[in-house]
Amino acid sequence: MELLSGADMIARFLQDEGVEYIYGYPGGAALHIYDALFRQDKVKHILVRHEQAATHAADGYARASGKPGVVLVTSGPGATNAVTGIATAYMDSIPMVVLCGQVMSHLIGEDAFQETDIVGVTRPIVKHSFSIRHPSEIPEVLKKAFYLASTGRPGPVVVDIPKDMTAPTERYEYVYPKKVKLRSYNPVTRGHTGQIKKAVELMLKAKRPVFYTGGGVVTGKASEGLTDLVKKLGFPITTTLMGIGAYPQSDYQSLGWLGMHGSYESNMAMHHADLIIAIGARFDDRVTNNTSKFCPTAKIIHVDVDPSSISKTVRADVPIVGPADSVISEMISLVQGHPITHPEALKEWWEKIDGWRAEREGKLYEPSKPGEALKSQEVVEALCRITRGEAFVTTDVGQHQMFAAQYYKFDKPNRLITSGGLGTMGFGFPAAMGIKQNFPDDDVVCVTGEGSFQMMMQELSTCKQYGVGVKILNLNNASLGMVRQWQDLNYKSRHAHSYMESLPDFHLLIEAYGFTAITVNTMEELEPALERAFADKHELVFLDVKVDPFEHVYPMQVPLGSMRDMLLSKTERT
Amino acid sequence: MRHIISILLENEPGALSRVVGLFSQRNFNIETLNVAPTEDPSLSRLTVTTIGDDRVIEQITKHLNKLIDVVKLVDLTEGNHIERELMLVKVKALGAARDEVKRTVDIFRAQIVDVTPSLYTVQITGDAAKLDAFLQAMAPVGILEVARTGVSGIARGDKVLSL
Repeated sequence: MELLSGADMIARFLQDEGVEYIYGYPGGAALHIYDALFRQDKVKHILVRHEQAATHAADGYARASGKPGVVLVTSGPGATNAVTGIATAYMDSIPMVVLCGQVMSHLIGEDAFQETDIVGVTRPIVKHSFSIRHPSEIPEVLKKAFYLASTGRPGPVVVDIPKDMTAPTERYEYVYPKKVKLRSYNPVTRGHTGQIKKAVELMLKAKRPVFYTGGGVVTGKASEGLTDLVKKLGFPITTTLMGIGAYPQSDYQSLGWLGMHGSYESNMAMHHADLIIAIGARFDDRVTNNTSKFCPTAKIIHVDVDPSSISKTVRADVPIVGPADSVISEMISLVQGHPITHPEALKEWWEKIDGWRAEREGKLYEPSKPGEALKSQEVVEALCRITRGEAFVTTDVGQHQMFAAQYYKFDKPNRLITSGGLGTMGFGFPAAMGIKQNFPDDDVVCVTGEGSFQMMMQELSTCKQYGVGVKILNLNNASLGMVRQWQDLNYKSRHAHSYMESLPDFHLLIEAYGFTAITVNTMEELEPALERAFADKHELVFLDVKVDPFEHVYPMQVPLGSMRDMLLSKTERT
Repeated sequence: MRHIISILLENEPGALSRVVGLFSQRNFNIETLNVAPTEDPSLSRLTVTTIGDDRVIEQITKHLNKLIDVVKLVDLTEGNHIERELMLVKVKALGAARDEVKRTVDIFRAQIVDVTPSLYTVQITGDAAKLDAFLQAMAPVGILEVARTGVSGIARGDKVLSL
């Protein structure tokens, strides 16, 4: 039996749980914990420059590795600064454990210095939260936090720790709890066999089927199974933004991704389908457009681990509650040896889809002519070529995010790391940091814009401290591109506060931190600059690429329309 | 349609706020809410009445079930059930109205539980409709104060909501 203080229990627990990295920022209420971390060397603490970055870095780590990200912040402002990152993780169902210092228990409720009711503040954006009321609870509560964060539909869990719970003078018995049980929490481990059979019958009989898969396949580690199933059936597949890479995008059966800025063929195929097989996707408004006009001729199979996702916005005909991997493998075994009923109809369906593909071939955007500003699209295409489509690509939010998702071709899951649900500007750079530390030998690039980058650029200092060699591709159009696009479309081009006056000299700024910056203005400069940037995997390089500020992201679904109602360029619409 | 949802909730600090917060966060209605400990000190029973179509009620029960502090729940309106609410009302009781109030109290099988020269305090139990009807009957006399507990309910027959 071992007697440990609350703070030492936390450090020991993190070791026993196998946590490698913890992202955080110290402050009064967390000092006992920081002291305990200082006296050990198994768990590495990364000191960020703002607590929001700690949550995004832990989030990036979690998405790329599939393990929960861990954050440590102090009470009050430390905790409130973490809120945006917690909400980001919640919206995208990312496993994360956030340890927050809190004022001493006897001061709670007295508006003490640096006191915030962080459990109250974060209540709508966490999977669950705990307050420690006695130091002896710490091991079990932390185990519950990790268990909840990483099972079922994953999500962030906040643990509020009053300072007196970690006092070095009070010691209690420590045993690492290998397992915990919560009587009210039993995530499903498999889908209903009868429902799966029903779904497979519909699949085999379908004439115009489409797979529509989301982030649940990625977080549920079901990409391989999905690829197998889709190949066996020979059906087309489109993914959500969060589901990109779950099926290789370079394969013929992949239609790309769907929704507001999804591919023309994806949205057309969805609209005309007679069967939608949705797996780990939540029929979000950025996918469905107007739900009353959504896929008018389709029956819907919906597989999700979270029952509340099913029939939330669009009614499912065959609901299946279960984890993607086990449901998919059951589907595979049922499909095995059963040929589809209408192969000729499927052939016709593919001809139709190929027709849609051909309609837009070579018309997706107009490349820049010599002497003109570069187009963001061609910059992303060049990035994909130079990194052979194998980099971890994080993004911020806006036009550059859509361009990155459209023009980088992802063949693996967890390679596009983006804030899909909350749409958090400032996410990309710290997320890239978290990934790079854990995948030092991979290329990690943050595709960003000068607006988003300025929201988290203080993290250059963190990268300097820990030698984090991420690449930053700044698609600099000197404006908040997506805002500007909406203003062009809906506000007669009145650009209210969507331009970026007084941008810093990024070259000088990056050099001030001791890193390399390269400015790119022309096509001739682009590929050599990218080659140079990716030459050394361990060097942070910032590419400031001046791009056309007048460019819009297309296709773009028409508000309140159906899936197929899209603007295809500044002058064309469906 | 009106639904009565009964919930067994972990008797933990903050558990109630998660339930109430869920309703406001997701734009669901709460008509009445009633919560108290059960025979098992680790559990509270919470009864909420809410209004919504089938789709909304399905979402409410699914989201409630997702809360870690919710151990079990039942939509009582799906089957036969008993529904009760208790109300305390202060009504004016002066002159001729004093007898009239007493008569109405008897008709409703309510009880006068406190008396002053100018008013009666009435205790009445029943379903929400009965309580509403009593208030309607008292309105001409003059209602001074109303305290209702909110609906509590239990299934009829052998069905039991327990762990």
